[in-house]
Amino acid sequence: MSNVTIENLDIQFSGISVISQLNLDVHSGEFLVLLGPSGCGKSTLLHSIAGLIDVHDGRVDIGGNDVTWADPKDRGIGMVFQSYALYPTMTVEKNLSFGPRIAGVAKAEIARRVERAATMLQLTELLHRKPAQLSGGQRQRVAIGRALVREAGVFLFDEPLSNLDAKLRGELRRELKQLHHRLGATMIYVTHDQVEAMTLASRIAVMKDGKIQQIDTPASVYARPVNMFVAGFLGAPSMNFVEGKLEQRDDGTHFVSPTLNIDVSSYPFANPPQHQQPAVLGVRPEHITLSPHGTQLAGSAIVSLVEPMGSNQVVWLDAQGVSLAVDADAQFTPALDNRIGFTIAPAHVSLFDLQTQQRL
Amino acid sequence: MTFAVLPKTHVETTTLPRPQPVRRKRAAAAQLALLPMAITVLGVYIGTVLWSVRISFSSSKIFPKNDFVGFSQYERLFATERWTVSLHNIAIFGVLFILACMVLGFFLAVFLDQRVRGENVLRTIFLYPYAMSFVATGLVWQWMLNPGLGIQAAVRNLGFPDFQFDWIVNQDKVIYTLVIAAVWQASGLVMAVLLAGLRGIDESLWNAARIDGVPRWRYYLSVVLPQLGPAFGTSFVLLAVGVVKVFDVVVAMTLGGPGNASEVPAKFIMDNLFNRANVGLASAASTVMLLTVLALLMPWWYARSVQSRKLVHS
Amino acid sequence: MSAVVERINPSAAAPVQRKAARRKSHFTPARLGLYALLVSSAVFFLLPLYVMLATSFKPMEEIRLGRLFALPLNATFEPWVQAWSTACTGLECRGIQVGFWNSVQIVVPSTIASIFFGALNGYALSFWRVRWAGWLFGVLMFGAFVPYQVMIYPLVRSLATVNLFGTLGGIVFIHTIFGMPVMTLLFRNYYAGVPVELFKAARIDGGGFWRIFFQLMLPMSLPIIAVAVIMQMTNIWNDFLLGLVFAGRENLPMTVQLNNVINTTTGERLYNVNMAATMLTSLLPLAVYLISGRWFLRGITAGAVKG
Repeated sequence: MSNVTIENLDIQFSGISVISQLNLDVHSGEFLVLLGPSGCGKSTLLHSIAGLIDVHDGRVDIGGNDVTWADPKDRGIGMVFQSYALYPTMTVEKNLSFGPRIAGVAKAEIARRVERAATMLQLTELLHRKPAQLSGGQRQRVAIGRALVREAGVFLFDEPLSNLDAKLRGELRRELKQLHHRLGATMIYVTHDQVEAMTLASRIAVMKDGKIQQIDTPASVYARPVNMFVAGFLGAPSMNFVEGKLEQRDDGTHFVSPTLNIDVSSYPFANPPQHQQPAVLGVRPEHITLSPHGTQLAGSAIVSLVEPMGSNQVVWLDAQGVSLAVDADAQFTPALDNRIGFTIAPAHVSLFDLQTQQRL
Repeated sequence: MTFAVLPKTHVETTTLPRPQPVRRKRAAAAQLALLPMAITVLGVYIGTVLWSVRISFSSSKIFPKNDFVGFSQYERLFATERWTVSLHNIAIFGVLFILACMVLGFFLAVFLDQRVRGENVLRTIFLYPYAMSFVATGLVWQWMLNPGLGIQAAVRNLGFPDFQFDWIVNQDKVIYTLVIAAVWQASGLVMAVLLAGLRGIDESLWNAARIDGVPRWRYYLSVVLPQLGPAFGTSFVLLAVGVVKVFDVVVAMTLGGPGNASEVPAKFIMDNLFNRANVGLASAASTVMLLTVLALLMPWWYARSVQSRKLVHS
Repeated sequence: MSAVVERINPSAAAPVQRKAARRKSHFTPARLGLYALLVSSAVFFLLPLYVMLATSFKPMEEIRLGRLFALPLNATFEPWVQAWSTACTGLECRGIQVGFWNSVQIVVPSTIASIFFGALNGYALSFWRVRWAGWLFGVLMFGAFVPYQVMIYPLVRSLATVNLFGTLGGIVFIHTIFGMPVMTLLFRNYYAGVPVELFKAARIDGGGFWRIFFQLMLPMSLPIIAVAVIMQMTNIWNDFLLGLVFAGRENLPMTVQLNNVINTTTGERLYNVNMAATMLTSLLPLAVYLISGRWFLRGITAGAVKG
């Protein structure tokens, strides 16, 4: 399996810089997810790794070889497209063997590789079917099989699940994760769906406007987002943001807003906080606890909406115009339009600079 | 000149059937509205065809007669040299015309699909002949192929005194001039249909092929061409129907000449109907034309209905 | 662990100018060959147009020289004027303008009528359930392929019986009939793409057959009506056979007149006048084609291949 190294990548379309000075290290065998909204450059990056798009400047290494200007076929990659791009008029077997046949690989060798891929992916009975006769999951496996037959070092995925309905998406997601475990292959996966990213990735690279905002394990990106964009992108319902100020009080540093007051002395500030420094508090819905008869309340607000989810419920609070989502268990349903108190555990909050939106 | 309007295939049959949206008694207005269509179909399309076939079995000359003479008109027909010549001509014309149009149209479509500069201008140029009437086409090419003043003369004036291009007055070669004019007019149509087919192909297939290391020409041969089956079928049917109907071009370009060398069935029928007052003979010829068209269409219709049934069940 | 990845690049002086040498050139021989083929094809297609124009502006002395491809030395409008106002179309010599106005008179009502019926049929077939309609539609589609010659003579006799043969009304009627299959198919395919919920909402709002047609469906059909207008205008204007048979001597369309001008003259053939006349006859459909561009293309491939 190959690793991938990208240095100072620059990609331009009609003179407009889409990706500039991008650096990325993909470890051998890891499942890296490029996550971001439409237009952030994740697909462009993937296509340039594949060699389908020319780069303006920079360097792409795959498995230790400089492939910046190499043809896609010489990069040792395989790619699964959103539509799977299986050749519709060829059988599965022909689909798998087309690349090696063109390359002039010996027939016996081709047969061996096809058989190996088919066994690994449970495609052996389907070898004589055409793509139109396959289910979504089977097509995904054939697309992966094509890369296997080419003995690719890196597998690239361009939003392969986006076209599918929710149930199928979940099934194929799990299949893919198991496949990664079985094959131990290096996989780079592009998606805008944060659920896919969280469940599949060994590391997530969150992208925006052609730049990687943060690259880390799912747990880290989730718990310690490096800016408000990353914080808001992961998690559903997304993180609550409240604007306020940091105040130095006798008993420590507090975050204060018209509706909240939380002791954040134990927060790992990168730089010592200034008194009256404007800040944004970020707290995830599951880290707010409703306490109707509590002490040490962080604040109180009016219940505006309750969404029962079965195993839990999402309670929406209106705190003087600021909307807060709370992930509460289903035991106790607060009454609408009533005021209710809540606490926030300071260990789980994130603080951001109001101006720069970066983590404090 | 007919345009290529063809029934949708894949889209129609794979969507869910429309729920029946109206109660029966309300359909009265719809029935009234469809009456003209009903009259047209029954009276014109079915009625005239039946009438013509009936007349072909009579001995009608100037006016239709009601007698019955069996197949004698058909026997007369196939004994008429002008008719057999016209059949011979239409066969040669048909094969050459369809082949040339499909090949030229295919290559033009593929070339235009390569993201060339000025694609729109080029497409406009390839297709404008189709906007002209067949008569105009025939007249222009008649002028260009004029041996004394057209291409032959122009090339000779340029310094090639032995250059010969007098096919249009040559009994053996005049049919090829018709082919040239018709191909000039109709290749654009095939190009347009095939280009639409090309644009309907999944774009990521080329990317997948690049990764597989497939060279461009091989991609077109092994991946694109098989998928263009329906588009080719459509083009073939359109061209074939046009071949059977070809009339305007012949009248304008050669008037069936020299002599009868470029006679075609459509013109034969028109001459016998109106100029030579042989209604029965002409009707027999029309019936033969009709049967030919049916023979051409049946396999295509059958193939399409099998295909759409397959899609529904898969 | 959650560091943002903008690593400081250690080797800022790394060799980076390789791109100039490695970049693939856009102008490979294959690419040049492609353009060469395209340009030569374009020349083939444009040649007759050029010849038509060049010939029509030459005086007869230049034409007799036999230099087909040369530009006119003494360009003149005279052939055009002659073609328009004094060329002989059979018995009279009033030029091809007669045919022009005849064609206009034929094309306008025929286009309107055939589109109206096509839209009506397409609408009724798409949204309303009439038991025999599907079968009739199938036969209508078949009718589009039947050669005219099979149907001409009975139609001639029928029209003669009701005194419509050789009249303007007769030729309009004929064009409407022969345009029905294509127009019905066009509109039916278009309405098949309209969500049936729209229709149902209109029914719930109390609309009946005609009201929904005129107030909802027709206004919504403007794109396809544009396509239909282009198709019918071009087809009917360019028609020869039907005009020849059914229009009658006073209403002969321009295409028929054109053929008369060119193929039935005695004496010296005035090739420049002929080409001018041909250009004049082709002006309208060519103009429609150039202006409509993409719509023309849509008309050709309406419903074809993958819809």
